[in-house]
Amino acid sequence: METSSHDIVLIGGGGAGLRAAIAIAEANPRTDIAMVSKVYPMRSHTVSAEGGAAGVAADDDSIDEHCYDTVSGSDWLGDQDAIEIFCNEVPKELLRLEHWGCPWSRQPDGRIAVRPFGGMKKMRTWFAADKTGFHLLHTLFQTSLKYTSITRYDETFATRLLVDDGTVHGVVAIELRTGRIRAILAKAVIICTGGCGRIFPFTTNANICTGDGMALAYRAGAPLKDMEMVQYHPTGLPFTGILITEAARAEGGWLLNKDNYRFLQDYDLGKPTPTPVLRSMELGPRDRVSQAMWHEFQKGRGFKGPYGDYLHLDLRHLGEHKIETRLPMVRELCLKYENIDPVRQPIPVRPVQHYMMGGIHTDVHGATPLKGLYAAGEAACVSINGSNRLGSNSLGELLVFGARAGKAAVEYVANGVERRHPNHLLAIALDEERRLEHQYTSSDGTERIAKVREEMQRTMERGCGIYRDRATLVESANKLSELKERAARLRLDDHGRSFNTQLTAALELGFMLDVAETIVHCALNREESRGAHQRRDFPKRDDTKYLAHSLVSRTGEGPPRIDYLPVVITRWPPGERIYGRDH
Amino acid sequence: MPQYRQFQYKAYQPVMSPYWYFDRWPYLKFMLREMSSIFVGWFAVVILLQLNALVSGPTAYANFQHWMATPPVFIVNILSFVFICFHAITWFMLVPRVVARQVLQRPSPDVLSAAPNFGIWLVASVVVALFALRVI
Amino acid sequence: MADTIILEVARFSPERDSQIGYQTFEVPLRSDWMVLDALNYIKDNIDGSLTFRWSCRMGICGSCGMMVNGVPKLTCETLIAQFAPGPVRIEPLEHFPVVKDLVIDMDVFLEKLQKVRPWIVRKDDRLPAREFLQTPAQLEAFHQYSLCINCMLCYAACPVFGLDQDFVGPAALALAERYNLDSRDQGAPERTDVLSQHDGIWDCTVVGECSTVCPKGVDPSLAIQQYKLTATKEWFKTWLLPWGNK
Repeated sequence: METSSHDIVLIGGGGAGLRAAIAIAEANPRTDIAMVSKVYPMRSHTVSAEGGAAGVAADDDSIDEHCYDTVSGSDWLGDQDAIEIFCNEVPKELLRLEHWGCPWSRQPDGRIAVRPFGGMKKMRTWFAADKTGFHLLHTLFQTSLKYTSITRYDETFATRLLVDDGTVHGVVAIELRTGRIRAILAKAVIICTGGCGRIFPFTTNANICTGDGMALAYRAGAPLKDMEMVQYHPTGLPFTGILITEAARAEGGWLLNKDNYRFLQDYDLGKPTPTPVLRSMELGPRDRVSQAMWHEFQKGRGFKGPYGDYLHLDLRHLGEHKIETRLPMVRELCLKYENIDPVRQPIPVRPVQHYMMGGIHTDVHGATPLKGLYAAGEAACVSINGSNRLGSNSLGELLVFGARAGKAAVEYVANGVERRHPNHLLAIALDEERRLEHQYTSSDGTERIAKVREEMQRTMERGCGIYRDRATLVESANKLSELKERAARLRLDDHGRSFNTQLTAALELGFMLDVAETIVHCALNREESRGAHQRRDFPKRDDTKYLAHSLVSRTGEGPPRIDYLPVVITRWPPGERIYGRDH
Repeated sequence: MPQYRQFQYKAYQPVMSPYWYFDRWPYLKFMLREMSSIFVGWFAVVILLQLNALVSGPTAYANFQHWMATPPVFIVNILSFVFICFHAITWFMLVPRVVARQVLQRPSPDVLSAAPNFGIWLVASVVVALFALRVI
Repeated sequence: MADTIILEVARFSPERDSQIGYQTFEVPLRSDWMVLDALNYIKDNIDGSLTFRWSCRMGICGSCGMMVNGVPKLTCETLIAQFAPGPVRIEPLEHFPVVKDLVIDMDVFLEKLQKVRPWIVRKDDRLPAREFLQTPAQLEAFHQYSLCINCMLCYAACPVFGLDQDFVGPAALALAERYNLDSRDQGAPERTDVLSQHDGIWDCTVVGECSTVCPKGVDPSLAIQQYKLTATKEWFKTWLLPWGNK
């Protein structure tokens, strides 16, 4: 087996991973960093983020207001100490990006421009047209190229964490090109593998968002947090699920039902005005807007299409110039994938799975309860997002907590980590190699990967959609157990070593099934409605019982164990979420 | 190619055909554009010969004109004329690949940047034609 | 419209083959399917060993570039119905080593990218407490070059790169120019040694296909010709005016 050794290994090369890598390289240039990514870093899903990154910049804005918007957006499930850290540090992080060359959109005098965003009371979202994630990722990647202390393992697929005696010491991974299995040893591991949208059939997420890191940590014994909190973005294109950025509404777009009516006014989100009003109507938070759309479909006020019901996002009144300068990608995507021009036609949209508020349980330094294991970005849950993330808080989050996890890992390594004898770890790695060998060569399987995956996705849509109830959740839990059994008997057509994407698809399916199970069980256990988690059988928020994070841990073969951890409240006691009207 | 060994990295190395420019019209167009320079050179030579004949007196000039009318030279000149036109058009069309052109946010259509060249070409041709037809 | 269409897909397994072969698949022909949807149909339902890269399926991650009927395309944004009645030939991007089936080895690009120093270079390491001011016009000067998604279509379209793998190539040169033109950058002199050499800009013969095939409207050819002009001016300054640039 190929073995290599580094100080810190990063799993994932997206925004959080790259930011962590740079933070480590800057904190201590002699730290030997390895970045293990299953794709080339610039292919990571950060690239698809569109709208922007929130950070207080304007004179009339304040950190406290950003905190309050985030706390109320989270339906009080966000930890307020983490939120304060986040809101304080995010402007500095966005400024770093500016100094590294991110092409932020500008005001005429050359200063950074900010735009409004959903659930935000002030304009504070920095943006690079509507390709913010793309520019942010490429800026970070290109900047990372100047640090020689970063060794990249591109297209290397992590399969298992090396854990010994409750401490993480590295990772086993497949080098895709050759199929060679590597043990990559390290004193600390940072997981930055993003979300798991591919668990759902209709998602904005890329093919690579399969919850690998969440499952790796979960299997290694680290708990996951608030997994039931699944964000549905109001505006995805039907069929493809391609995201139409919230910035389209922030720039003044309207959501219309089939009667050409701005239906959000019927859902306690304010009164329609010709120009956008912050924290009102189309600038409401994503959970509330998606839920309103769901109700419109129930009332038969949606349009019927070949891929289910949809509503209209109307940008026509913005005019060609504004669409072209502020939302060029929206136009590009609509033309290419729907064959419509938003300058002349309304865009068909429906709510689409978009983001996991939940993830690997970490503290504000990105540290998990497992020694030597850190996490950041969508894979982690600090938590600043609680039960509903505000649009444009995720890019900031991956910067702030990516950097913090990097620095914390450097400190952890500097304090001297007791290194286990490599033979000890190698034994674990060899065990993993045997498991993978079996997967490569076994030809007695009967189940097709795509079939099991599709059934999982349908189950998750039924059980963990915008509205949930006990009966379907129980049904989903049972179905997932059945699918896990079937996934042990997958049939592979490809028994080659080199670039075996069928093997990785099988491994990803295993990861997704584990993560899906945690989502369903957390959703089943939380008997209240809060933010993105809406139970038809428990329609009220219950602060006496559930002002707490779900912590889900693995228990061998049985169903996962769920504990609750109280939310950190500092300055904003739980209150009513008010949008579109005065307090 | 050597035998594959387990875990060995062995990529297939593509070899470019020596006739790659026949694969796609844009490539063939590129090669013809480059080749058209030969004909540009030929016309330069013709002009030099013409000037030489002009300064050598009326007989020499008559001989030159006679030579120009012989079938082989005539055919070469027709061919050269076609290539010269091709040369001019393809290079003019390359102008947008060479000079910055941003009209509003979108790059303007290629033809727009090339248009002034075509305009000047047309005006020059008309002036020459007027001279040749002794209008001026 | 017929119900199905034939795909002729290039296959190569390093373990098995020494040459690229072709396999035909019949897939449903649907008006809203991209070429990538058809490839995924094959992978999910017919032959799970067919290997290709893809991720975002919205034309921004740059993974799924392939030759479609001989032209480099992002398969996630290329409608398959336009090729009806078919057949459609799908091959790995030209000029790159083939790892397997439709997967190319693009390490050569990553080396070139690092060589052109695609990051902001400042003479003074101290950074201001606030943003560098940059007007919309200054942003516009380099913005289009910053839109490169590294999809490698331009390299597949560039015969110069095909003939000489040392050529820095369209995307890397465009990205170098992206930083050279950025009002915040002071690294242009440092990049000269890579750009202003034979394997850099001077290898380019202005075929122009890089700009034609770019799915993001980047114009690498323009970047290279612009830099040729800059380099020429620099050369004159350095060698003809002894008191000039040195």
